[in-house]
Amino acid sequence: MTQRELDAAIAVTRFGLGARPGEIDAASKDPRGWLKAQIRREGADVFKTDGETSSQRLAEFREYRQEQAMARQDKAAPPPIPPGASMQMEAAKPAADPVQTARQFIRQNAAGDVLGRLQLASETDAGFRERWALFWANHFTVSANKVQLAGLVGPFENEAIRPHVFGRFADLLGAAETHPAMLIYLDQAQSVGPNSRAAQFQRRGGPRRGLARNDDQPRRTFGLNENLAREILELHTVGVDGGYAQADVTEFARALTGLSIAGPREPGVEGVVFRDATHEPGERTIMGVRYAQDGKAQAGAVLADLAAKPQTARFVCTKIARHFVSDDPPPALVARLEKAWMASHGDLDRVAEALVDAPEAWAPRPAKLKTPYEYVVSSYRALGQEPRGLGQVNAALNGLGQRPFGAPSPKGWPDEAGPWAASDALVKRMQFAQQLGAVFGPKVQAPTELAAQTLGARLTPAVAIAISRAESRPEAVALLLMSPEFQRR
Amino acid sequence: MTAPLLSRRAFAAAGLALPFLARVAEAAVPAGKKFVVVICRGGMDGLSVAAPVGDPDYRPLRGGLALGDDALRLDGTFALNPALPAVHKLALAGEARIAPAVATPDRARSHFEAQDVLETGAAGVYATTSGWLNRAVQSMAAAGKVEALSVGPTAPLILRGPAPAGSWSPGRGVDATSRLPTLLQDLYRDDPLLGPALARGLATETLARESGAAGDSVMGGQMRPAAGQGREAAQAMGQSLAEFLKAPGGPQIAAVSLDGFDTHANQAPLLSTRLASLDALLDGLHIGLGPAWKDTVVLVVTEFGRTARANGTGGTDHGTGSTALVLGGGLKAGGIVGDWPTLTRQALFEDRDVYPALDLRALEKGLLADHLGVDRRALDATIFPDSAGVRPLLGVA
Repeated sequence: MTQRELDAAIAVTRFGLGARPGEIDAASKDPRGWLKAQIRREGADVFKTDGETSSQRLAEFREYRQEQAMARQDKAAPPPIPPGASMQMEAAKPAADPVQTARQFIRQNAAGDVLGRLQLASETDAGFRERWALFWANHFTVSANKVQLAGLVGPFENEAIRPHVFGRFADLLGAAETHPAMLIYLDQAQSVGPNSRAAQFQRRGGPRRGLARNDDQPRRTFGLNENLAREILELHTVGVDGGYAQADVTEFARALTGLSIAGPREPGVEGVVFRDATHEPGERTIMGVRYAQDGKAQAGAVLADLAAKPQTARFVCTKIARHFVSDDPPPALVARLEKAWMASHGDLDRVAEALVDAPEAWAPRPAKLKTPYEYVVSSYRALGQEPRGLGQVNAALNGLGQRPFGAPSPKGWPDEAGPWAASDALVKRMQFAQQLGAVFGPKVQAPTELAAQTLGARLTPAVAIAISRAESRPEAVALLLMSPEFQRR
Repeated sequence: MTAPLLSRRAFAAAGLALPFLARVAEAAVPAGKKFVVVICRGGMDGLSVAAPVGDPDYRPLRGGLALGDDALRLDGTFALNPALPAVHKLALAGEARIAPAVATPDRARSHFEAQDVLETGAAGVYATTSGWLNRAVQSMAAAGKVEALSVGPTAPLILRGPAPAGSWSPGRGVDATSRLPTLLQDLYRDDPLLGPALARGLATETLARESGAAGDSVMGGQMRPAAGQGREAAQAMGQSLAEFLKAPGGPQIAAVSLDGFDTHANQAPLLSTRLASLDALLDGLHIGLGPAWKDTVVLVVTEFGRTARANGTGGTDHGTGSTALVLGGGLKAGGIVGDWPTLTRQALFEDRDVYPALDLRALEKGLLADHLGVDRRALDATIFPDSAGVRPLLGVA
């Protein structure tokens, strides 16, 4: 085994999403060059959806809510059908509960997005580019924890994340924080400056229906919500030790007011809006810097400053190193990434190249346990397949605790082995391997050859022997997918 | 039923360790005692769990979030959220108590820091990588075997660490005819992570089947709704856990997590759904345990409470003091656990949050000491490092 053969296996399995047949061969001529060729300024691939943008999905959801409200006013009216619902659905469920129907419709949108995303990851010959995109999608997690969000997480990733993952971090940050999905997920859409014109108007007994509203919930007071401000600081930029205090969180939340999504009283506008009327007037001081009252530009200036802070480079580069290389990343690796980040002012293509060039990233020992998503995707890749429907793969990911678009918190999915190595999870990984083995195993001509194609120089003799002695092709495939070297990267 | 059930004998024949089943008679924990920790993640709003409806500052601070007349009265001051009827029934029977102003030592108002401190039991953030409940198991295991189990697909930090701990979530059961488990155990022989985890997972599957914890999921070969948050799923989860806890050689220590308590906006309906799940989980556990309930203590905790004032979006932001629940058939009589600092402006923590009047570790140490007989030295030094200054709150369990 040559060093280059081992490097090729590492390039494809650790940096990439696991080998498809022939991929390690393709990388073996120049493993580092093979990776760098996947870095491109214009961003990662977008995955296939039904083509609807977040604005279209928002409009559909809003129209539906309005129709629903009208139906409630006029009880005799038939239940509305969500726009875009197929005739088939209409015929099949004529008297369905409108809320249930809408939810089902939104779920179908989301399911299509999830499948498109899984298929891209399973098929792509640029596995490193895709892993890089998945890292950033997790860094800027939006989770479908509200009905409205289920149809927005996919468009969010395609619109705000993927185009920017090899560009400037500041641009990525700006796109992510001002996307409607993020504004809804972290409650920014409803946040109103306590001394804004809108809040003062309301205090004087203004109308019950506020500007920030896009539904028909009962009346509530206008005010600040500091969720987005806190998570930008803690999770997206400087990190919890980045040198901010509660007062900075609140000040930042005030600066962010005005940023929201269009409501029903703003016809012709979809998606993100900035409303002067709900913006908290006045100068803000955040982490020692004063920001003049500048309307929309005030929060923009804060974001730009946060993006440029060395704490941000340190925090995010540590996460990159942890994701790609080790739960306890070597400090020398983090330092290299930070250096590339600071020297390029946050050019993420430079950071990706620095990662490829870092010797620490090529340690022979695979230190990372695959997450369930990585395990499932790399299993399909090994077999040269892709999921054709969501049923089985969704059940597997749910059972393993990684429901697609369903991260448990804004922190995203854990990136360390600890949470994923639960004993129950190992049993469920085994069951998934058995299922794939049963479905695809019979068509595998030579399981030992498949193992060599999948793991290259990382295949250990013990596993090669076990596979060669398997009593059936399904069993051989399950053994390969459950082997210690396949479970890690 | 498609596949024959894997019998205990078949398992033994396959050469697999059966840690639970081999250790029936040697529990170190006082006979039959069980301890369950439920973690409500996201920062549970204590003022909506057990509302101080008799505190004159409660309604002015809370506005539209204040509980109404349907709140379930506990005493002159406190009433439970209407979504907690099972807890209320237990409370009236003296089998549930509230600790209305508890907090971890962490004050950063970050979910992730606070959950780290909550689960590690350390005095500060990121000080250790193992959980306090795991170290409690380790400490008790010195005198004999103690089994621990988390319910859910991922392993919670509170139970990660040096002592082996299993995990379980609903699934389809293991195919008894497959050679794969045996072959894998062989491949994992020298793997410190995968080897023990798979062995424990298989043993837990066996226990699940033999104890009935797996419920319908094995009989039909069908997946039961996995780890859902709905009432039914939560009730089923509670009952499954009860079956595990009752099984001979089953776990005595368990941890469960519920998500979704981060209610920045539109809090009332969201929290009501979550609390209904919590109530169903506890109800399932209580019913499922039957007579064993009297030997069980359940502690419900969260990483921090939320702002005393409602925010501008019908919710609350990250705060400090929150409410813990202690439940069990053998609780000592008493009112609230710890003091109620009140909600006067001067009493609020940083003019914002419920004052943290009781260090959560004091309560946890007290329960471990009273209920499980864990000794003080281990509590002060190992289980809750550097906590000698935090005296165990005795006399609750």
